[in-house]
Amino acid sequence: MAYLLTIFIASVFTNNIALTYLLGMCPFIALSRNPKTARGMAFAVIFVITLTAAINWPIYHLILVPMHSEIIYYIVFIIVIAASVQFMEMIMEKFLPAMQASFGIFLPLVTVNCTVLAVSLFMILRKYTYIQTIFFAMGSGAGWMLAILMVAAINEKLKLVGDIPKGYRGPGIIMVIAGTIALSFLGFAGMVSIQ
Amino acid sequence: MIFTKLKSTEEFKTVANGLWRDHPIFSMVLGICTALAVSNKVDNAIAMSAGTTFVLVATAVIISLLRKLIPTRVRIITFMIVIASFVIIVDKVLEAFFPGISEALGPYIGLIITNCIIMGRAEAFYIQNNVHLSILDALANGLGYTYTLVSIAIIREALGFGTILGIRVMPAWWTNWVIMAMAPGAFFILSVFIWLSRTLAKIET
Repeated sequence: MAYLLTIFIASVFTNNIALTYLLGMCPFIALSRNPKTARGMAFAVIFVITLTAAINWPIYHLILVPMHSEIIYYIVFIIVIAASVQFMEMIMEKFLPAMQASFGIFLPLVTVNCTVLAVSLFMILRKYTYIQTIFFAMGSGAGWMLAILMVAAINEKLKLVGDIPKGYRGPGIIMVIAGTIALSFLGFAGMVSIQ
Repeated sequence: MIFTKLKSTEEFKTVANGLWRDHPIFSMVLGICTALAVSNKVDNAIAMSAGTTFVLVATAVIISLLRKLIPTRVRIITFMIVIASFVIIVDKVLEAFFPGISEALGPYIGLIITNCIIMGRAEAFYIQNNVHLSILDALANGLGYTYTLVSIAIIREALGFGTILGIRVMPAWWTNWVIMAMAPGAFFILSVFIWLSRTLAKIET
């Protein structure tokens, strides 16, 4: 139980998927201009990461490994991710139209968010058990959310200052903010460690 | 005279767009996960960009050949399967011939699949254009990606480890600037690159 908590805390703070492994950067840069869209995307990411990791783990360990077909796991994982996102979208459209409206356009975008695939690859690489995988996936999603919300909030304040050099506006300044936050997250190193 | 004539051809525009005007990293801000994550050593950067360029070109050929056969509704998943198949090839080749680099890159090789440059170009270009234009576009984008990644890696490796490709370049008094080899350094260096090139190309937003 304590180890599960360690995995969760580590993947939120010390091994943050966005600020330490630099994953999920495309939507990170594009969406952190606006805190509201950032929040919508972040919830969709947490949801999809946990769901796909929960599906991919049994597929890898119960089907691919016994059949000695580990070589195709990239294809299998990516199909599972794309299919589960599409399937979830259809279910939501039918039964939860309010939730669908709030997730909206973010769900299809999540498919090409590298964090989702990365969590599935990391869980194989680090040989996590099923429960550990779930905690790792939730922690990674929460860590990504924390990072994008912090950057979006700071960016919102910077707009009030408004004398950023022209070439730095947009993605440039967001990267500087993210770099500064990543620097401060280095302070968490040594708090807990996994692997 | 010849140059002005050349300048107006479709091929020239495609290559120029990939290399400068619509440069994948500077102007579209695509594919930066890998650009940030593997640019701390020059050899990693070269392996990564060679792999990405290979996958780009191979995907361009397959998608532009099949563009009339792929139904619009399932095109995204088709792209993904094509891309993932080629990434497996890259992964296995690296594992067999360059085990050291394969170990250092780890899961990032698999993440070429979700590199948005490939998806983005497939969606925007290969699905609408013929094979030879698509190959040109893939080569131009791959080359644009490569020169950015390698030049960021040269700066980061020189500052962070004092070496380039493992050869010592910094004088003996140089103290390794460790932050440059870690995540924050990647953000700072790339942001400076984006600033310079956006100012030169006069892109605003």
